[in-house]
Amino acid sequence: MTAAGDSPATPVVELRSISKRFGDVLANEGVNLSLWGGEVHGVLGENGAGKTTLMRILYGLSIPDGGEIYVDGDLAHFASPKDAIGAGIGMVTQHFALVRPMTVTENIILGRTGGAILDLDRAKDLVEEAADRYGLHVEPDRRLSDLSVGEQQRVEILKALYRECRVLILDEPTAVLTPQEIRALFATLDRLRASGMAIVFISHKLPEVMELTDRVTVLRHGKVVHTVETDEVDAAGLASWMVGRPAAPPEPRTHSEPGATALEVSDLSAVGGLDLPALSDVNFEVAAGEILGVAGVSGNGQTELAEVLSGMRKPTAGSIIADGTQIAGKGPKQVIAAGVGRIPEDRHEALVGDMSVANNLILEHLDEAGKRLILDRDRIRANALDLIERFSIKAGPDDLVKTLSGGNIQKVLLARVLVREPRVIVVSQPTRGLDIGATAYVRNELLAMRRQGAAIVLMSEDLDELLELSDRLIVLYDGRIAGRVDAAEADRDQLGLLMAGHTEVA
Amino acid sequence: MIFLLDILTATLRNATPLVFGVVGETYTERAGILNLGIEGTMYAGAFFGFAATAVTGSLELGILAAIVVGVASGAVMGLFSVTLGTSQHVAGIGLTLGLIGISEFINRLYFGSSEGLRRIESYQLLEPFGPDNIFNQYALTYIAFLVVAPLGWWVLRSTSFGLGIRAVGENPEAADAAGLSVSLYRYAALMIGSALAAVGGAFITLATLGTFTLGIIAGRGWVVIALVIFGRWRIWRGVFGALVFAGVFSLQLRLRILPGWDAVPFELLLALPYLVVIAALAISGRNVEYPGAYLKPYRRD
Ligand SMILES: Nc1ncnc2c1ncn2[C@@H]1O[C@H](COP(=O)(O)OP(=O)(O)O)[C@@H](O)[C@H]1O
Ligand SMILES: [Mg+2]
Repeated sequence: MTAAGDSPATPVVELRSISKRFGDVLANEGVNLSLWGGEVHGVLGENGAGKTTLMRILYGLSIPDGGEIYVDGDLAHFASPKDAIGAGIGMVTQHFALVRPMTVTENIILGRTGGAILDLDRAKDLVEEAADRYGLHVEPDRRLSDLSVGEQQRVEILKALYRECRVLILDEPTAVLTPQEIRALFATLDRLRASGMAIVFISHKLPEVMELTDRVTVLRHGKVVHTVETDEVDAAGLASWMVGRPAAPPEPRTHSEPGATALEVSDLSAVGGLDLPALSDVNFEVAAGEILGVAGVSGNGQTELAEVLSGMRKPTAGSIIADGTQIAGKGPKQVIAAGVGRIPEDRHEALVGDMSVANNLILEHLDEAGKRLILDRDRIRANALDLIERFSIKAGPDDLVKTLSGGNIQKVLLARVLVREPRVIVVSQPTRGLDIGATAYVRNELLAMRRQGAAIVLMSEDLDELLELSDRLIVLYDGRIAGRVDAAEADRDQLGLLMAGHTEVA
Repeated sequence: MIFLLDILTATLRNATPLVFGVVGETYTERAGILNLGIEGTMYAGAFFGFAATAVTGSLELGILAAIVVGVASGAVMGLFSVTLGTSQHVAGIGLTLGLIGISEFINRLYFGSSEGLRRIESYQLLEPFGPDNIFNQYALTYIAFLVVAPLGWWVLRSTSFGLGIRAVGENPEAADAAGLSVSLYRYAALMIGSALAAVGGAFITLATLGTFTLGIIAGRGWVVIALVIFGRWRIWRGVFGALVFAGVFSLQLRLRILPGWDAVPFELLLALPYLVVIAALAISGRNVEYPGAYLKPYRRD
């Protein structure tokens, strides 16, 4: 690690004209990037801009088609992460690369055990020492599968530090954290920066980049748009570089008077994947013309709640009255018939990728698509053309769904659900992985349904999205409602505490 | 009492090839590979071990030949399932069919005379000891229980190599990102595992039978696969399973010749140990946690 105060004449790492192609997609094209000791370098770009690809190349996980990597001014070749680690590079990948059944210590020392025979006691001491030095609290003996996402991230950072990295890459580290955890992460990164480390901070959240970074590189369609000192730009400027045009201001949320209760959930309990309790005694109501946001760190019952509300999972207790009909324990077909529409978390699971757009659009309405067993092709096609037009889906009726972009796939789903004008809509992570344009479209569509009097339950891991769209919020923690907040009065810190399980502040 | 001691002695002997197989297959499966080639590897180990001894007269060279064949068949399995990313089921079944075919072909060429089975000077039982001489076994049996199983357990648990094996089998992305070579560990696990399985096969020709006959492995490789799952990828539980299977197997062999039992069709008795394995799997096999990367080839991009 270089000492702070040194002003090195060469960057620690320099990437020169890096290119990488996947099939028809140029994920990186002629990318130049230099990283200096003691700086936090933001890499900003929309989904699909090529940020992850670039960092995987720097970490040896991906071999570039062209370009060079220089470490301390010398040309380097990274055939695998082993080489990159040897050059002092560490990476916290977006989906953590941790072995869940193993302990914190085992994960940290993996690949750097310092001898043929494991000395776990000594390793534990080393891990604790590193944890103390960097203020990253972990419990060395716990299994990874028992840790929260924030704790897992600390383990990942420690893993890189344990390997004595001089360059630390963090790929969208804040996407899964509560506001408090984000603050703790930033404090850690400040300390590491002060110690002379070069840090790459990948994000598509502008306020974070503005707050934390010293310099920013903006990527669009695999190319560098600009690299600037963070002080010299503002968020609006960065946004327009990201999307390639001035960013449209979000449509203001109009005030609407909620109507009668359209969804009433009482004493709802359900079990999750391994027969563990996933929801306990959940109570809430949603009025017509209202959006109820469901906040929480992922894995606290949101998935199960969405499944139970849409008939995909049977509750163990409780009642769900949608538009006057009891739907608890009913199957998806009856739930749809009761006027509930579902936009699930996993788009690919809800659509058949190998089937055409037209066929996917009638999947939930097969009864209307033809008399008895024979499908009426002309009607299916007419239906598709109509919906493609209304929801501005950029695809033809015969295109296979798997060839569509994420945004258009989401529009197909929206179209299929919204065309039935459901009274109740259960929607999970509606904009995850979408670009700015598609995100705005989807959000406006949800607001339009609200204006038309639908009762909407919105689950999202994106707190900004929840605050922007919801009228009221509930926070799930460990399958229970940890708090209820009016969106207009919601404060991010309070929400963060609730998400971390501190019920008493409510 | 004599009857029980006799069954105990036979149990340890019959469990020996299974213990070699279980320890070996546990290694490959903990590394994320279901090696269905094990039936063929045990078969080839039995045959080439026998053949080498028959030609050279040396039992040690027979064991060495089995180890070499085992390592080679592990490498072939690695070529398909690790390097080429072929389905592990297809690669394993293919390997088993291929190894059995090659063994039988060479057997017919060199040992297929009409004068009956070619016999070798096989391993002798060690000096019996213990109360009523219950410990009346081959050296390889002691090696299986007192060296291979404990050492295998210790290496997997307490060495860097074992940690690496477990990591590539649970989450190869994580192992890769930590700087380990996933393929290297998987090849190593396959070679070690297959060498052990081959020695297990050779035990039958070089110790218990002293000759090679067609169909000699008789599904022991498949039993090993079941025992590893029954043992939930823990070596000692797998060894325990091997003892149970071998115990029932030895019991039914003796029941067949016991007066009063001739009314029971011997096919039923023969099926008994396999039924026990199926029952044990059905009871213990629910909700088992497979190694995270079981059956999954690893590719970076
Ligand atoms: N392994 C891969 N195979 C095919 N295409 C890929 C692969 N990885 C990334 N891509 C494509 O490359 C582009 C850049 O992706 P990525 O680097 O993940 O972007 P970002 O991290 O900025 O969201 C995207 O269009 C993505 O679909
Ligand atoms: Mg990414």
